[in-house]
Amino acid sequence: MFRRWCIGIAGLVFMVAAADGQNPLAGDAKAAKAGEYEFRINCALCHGLGAHGGGRGPDLTRAVKKHTHSDADMFQVISNGIPGTAMPANGTNGQGVGMTDEEIWQIITYIRSQEVKAPAQPLGNASHGKELFYGDANCSMCHMVAGKGGRLGPELTGVGGSRTRGAIIDSVRNPSRRLAWGLTEATKEFPQEYESVTVVTADGKKITGVTLNEDSFSVQIMDAGEHIHLLEKDKLQSFQKSRESAMPKYDVEVLSDKELEDIVAYLISVGAK
Amino acid sequence: MREQGCIRSAGMRLRPWKSGPLRAASCAREEGVAFRPRVPPGLKPLQFLSAQRGAEAPLFHGAVRLWAILLVALLANSAFVCAHAQVTFGRLVNSAKEPQNWMTYSGDYSGKRYSGLDQINLANARTMVAKWVYQTAATGKLETTPLVVDGILYATAQDDRAFALDARTGRPIWMYQRQVPGDIRPCCGHVNRGLAILGDKVFLGTLDAHVVALDAKTGAVVWDVVAADYRFGYSFTVAALAVKNLVVIGVSGGEYGVRGFIDAYDADTGERKWRFYTVPGPGEPGHETWEGDSWKVGGAPAWNTGTYDAATNQIFWPTGNPAPSNRGEGRAGDNLYSNSLLALNADTGKMNWYFQFTKHDEHDWDATQVPIIIDTPGGKHLIAQANRNGYFYVLDRTSGKLLSATAYGKTTWSDAKDAEGRPVANKNASPTLEGHTVCPGALGTTNFMAPTYDSQTGLFYVTARDQCDIFSTAPQPYEAGHAFYGSAYFPSEEAEPYRGFLKAIDPATGEIKWKFEHTSPTWSGVLSTAGGLVFSGDAEGNFIAFDAASGKPLWHFQMGGAVYAAPMAFAVDGKEFVAIAAGSAVYAFGLP
Repeated sequence: MFRRWCIGIAGLVFMVAAADGQNPLAGDAKAAKAGEYEFRINCALCHGLGAHGGGRGPDLTRAVKKHTHSDADMFQVISNGIPGTAMPANGTNGQGVGMTDEEIWQIITYIRSQEVKAPAQPLGNASHGKELFYGDANCSMCHMVAGKGGRLGPELTGVGGSRTRGAIIDSVRNPSRRLAWGLTEATKEFPQEYESVTVVTADGKKITGVTLNEDSFSVQIMDAGEHIHLLEKDKLQSFQKSRESAMPKYDVEVLSDKELEDIVAYLISVGAK
Repeated sequence: MREQGCIRSAGMRLRPWKSGPLRAASCAREEGVAFRPRVPPGLKPLQFLSAQRGAEAPLFHGAVRLWAILLVALLANSAFVCAHAQVTFGRLVNSAKEPQNWMTYSGDYSGKRYSGLDQINLANARTMVAKWVYQTAATGKLETTPLVVDGILYATAQDDRAFALDARTGRPIWMYQRQVPGDIRPCCGHVNRGLAILGDKVFLGTLDAHVVALDAKTGAVVWDVVAADYRFGYSFTVAALAVKNLVVIGVSGGEYGVRGFIDAYDADTGERKWRFYTVPGPGEPGHETWEGDSWKVGGAPAWNTGTYDAATNQIFWPTGNPAPSNRGEGRAGDNLYSNSLLALNADTGKMNWYFQFTKHDEHDWDATQVPIIIDTPGGKHLIAQANRNGYFYVLDRTSGKLLSATAYGKTTWSDAKDAEGRPVANKNASPTLEGHTVCPGALGTTNFMAPTYDSQTGLFYVTARDQCDIFSTAPQPYEAGHAFYGSAYFPSEEAEPYRGFLKAIDPATGEIKWKFEHTSPTWSGVLSTAGGLVFSGDAEGNFIAFDAASGKPLWHFQMGGAVYAAPMAFAVDGKEFVAIAAGSAVYAFGLP
């Protein structure tokens, strides 16, 4: 009964708060703790434990976010989702009635508390990063940003907003450790994993490239010349797939920490806009 | 012999809506009397659809196959207008005698999902073609297994749609669309796995926790009863099982802290005849396996269809996870009868025995997989289940005694067995605050996807996945009607890519005889047929026919939508079809 009263009173507070877009629980440590648990249950699948980003959800510990600035923005996004992305509206994932307003504010309070904890990262020089990306580092041979670049690797316009700095650095230094999207079933709607593949066709032609899509009986391959090959597996002489990335490993001798930091700064400057 | 009453006319279209009561009555069959079409003189050895055919025998043995094909060709020219014959309990018990029909969720009471039809077989499977597609206009997953009785197909779709089609053409006869409230609490999509049929009614369990009887001829509601209050998280997604004059159904809601139950309703009136609570109340045996008041929100739902043994009049129904699913704190004890197989007296709902697969589960490993009744040539009465926790169990179904438990996928949660032979959790298995990796993941080695047992090969076929998850835990107070997981699980970024398989298990040894690796894990169930074939679907939208003995894929068709349903087979006018739902449509395949 006490809980019901509390909820009733809280409900009134929320109605008032919602009107002016303020988080009625802002800065409340208890609410942040409750929000952490709500976050684990509702958000961590995509945004990762600790809100550091996961299989497909952006890192939310970054103070500047792509879709949300104010708490009111965040409330709207959690409530209504983001059209055109995998972010669902509250309660529309087919799993019941969703979170209460109180729970959403708890989650926002928690995310804000994580932002405070996130250490400020020294950002590199974005304009130098852009020069490297399209120049000496050769990134744009295979990656596209904002419509410019190659197609063999993942399109990176949004990556700065959806991946942590650490994840981007890791994927440059160790491209094979974790291939692109699609590792988890949660991202099944985006099936491309950029696995490396080599096939020999019936007439003896060897094709090397990355998989665009695949099922048990067919495979779609893009080769280094960006030609798309549509193949039926039972008509191939051989089919070999590897989770060794087609991307070369950029170690510090090829790309210094400073240079990599500049490229990351460039990607974040584009992707987190 | 009542088949004389059946109206047969060459080339006549099946128009059940034009068949009046007289015609329908003329097709009615007596309990237990098999449908036996007239056999021309000289074809006597055929025993087409004969009562003399043993339940496990292939429909057409090699020597008579030619004759059979001739007969099929003969029958193909004469359409039977026998739609809407009464589906009696006797017919359900003897369903193997009419393999042209598929009258229960798993095809028969034993749960084998095996079709006695062999017109589509190893020799001709490569020539299969799509015969028709029915678009449900529903969005989201289809998990339905259609029923087919006397040329009419009955199935369900999202948001509690139910429909009847001409099984030859896919043309609709009727459709029922429930007005589902906006605040229902389904676990995992607005899904339904199918109908039960008995007499002249089909039965639907609804997302708002009602049980509804529909007129099989019109789809009109005959009765509609409330089983539980959906606002507390109760729902039905299961295909009910009709037994005697009862409609047996198990509830969903393990994610909401429901108190699970299995109900039986009078098929004529909708009156509830018995209820078995899967979480015992105060004073009942097993109550002591729950800490404090945790039993009140203990979960243990019963959301997949059980099986029935007519010889002992027992229903075998599996149960799901204790709630909250991923947090054991606060519900110390074994948490009976969660994650168990229950043997219930069909008339009373009284429990004869139980076997708990996973005690005090903390990983959402519902044991709700279809338990298959197997009688061995040596006279053993078994029941086998490929469990979500990664082990394949064989029990003596007369006693519930465990005979064997063998891992059939990647598991890390157990490295020892108790005195009964049951795998027990190791100390590293429990979720932690920081989260740590356990295999299988929360989705399990298998899940609701229906398995099959083929008596010809003696193999148990099941869709399996290798996937590990990070299980973390979070205290969460129970709040009525709200999700009550107690924690979260999510994919480990470090984990291997998930792998999905179709596996053929020898129940005698637990050995995996063959496996086919899908491109990614699938949620498709599996069908076996007397044609030496196994059918299953994949996440990429393919429907695939395999050689049941070797696992070699023989044929596939791209349906354009992921498969979350299980296939079934039927025949109309002597022509065999195999049907499955994919995307938001039902597909039927056959020979050209």
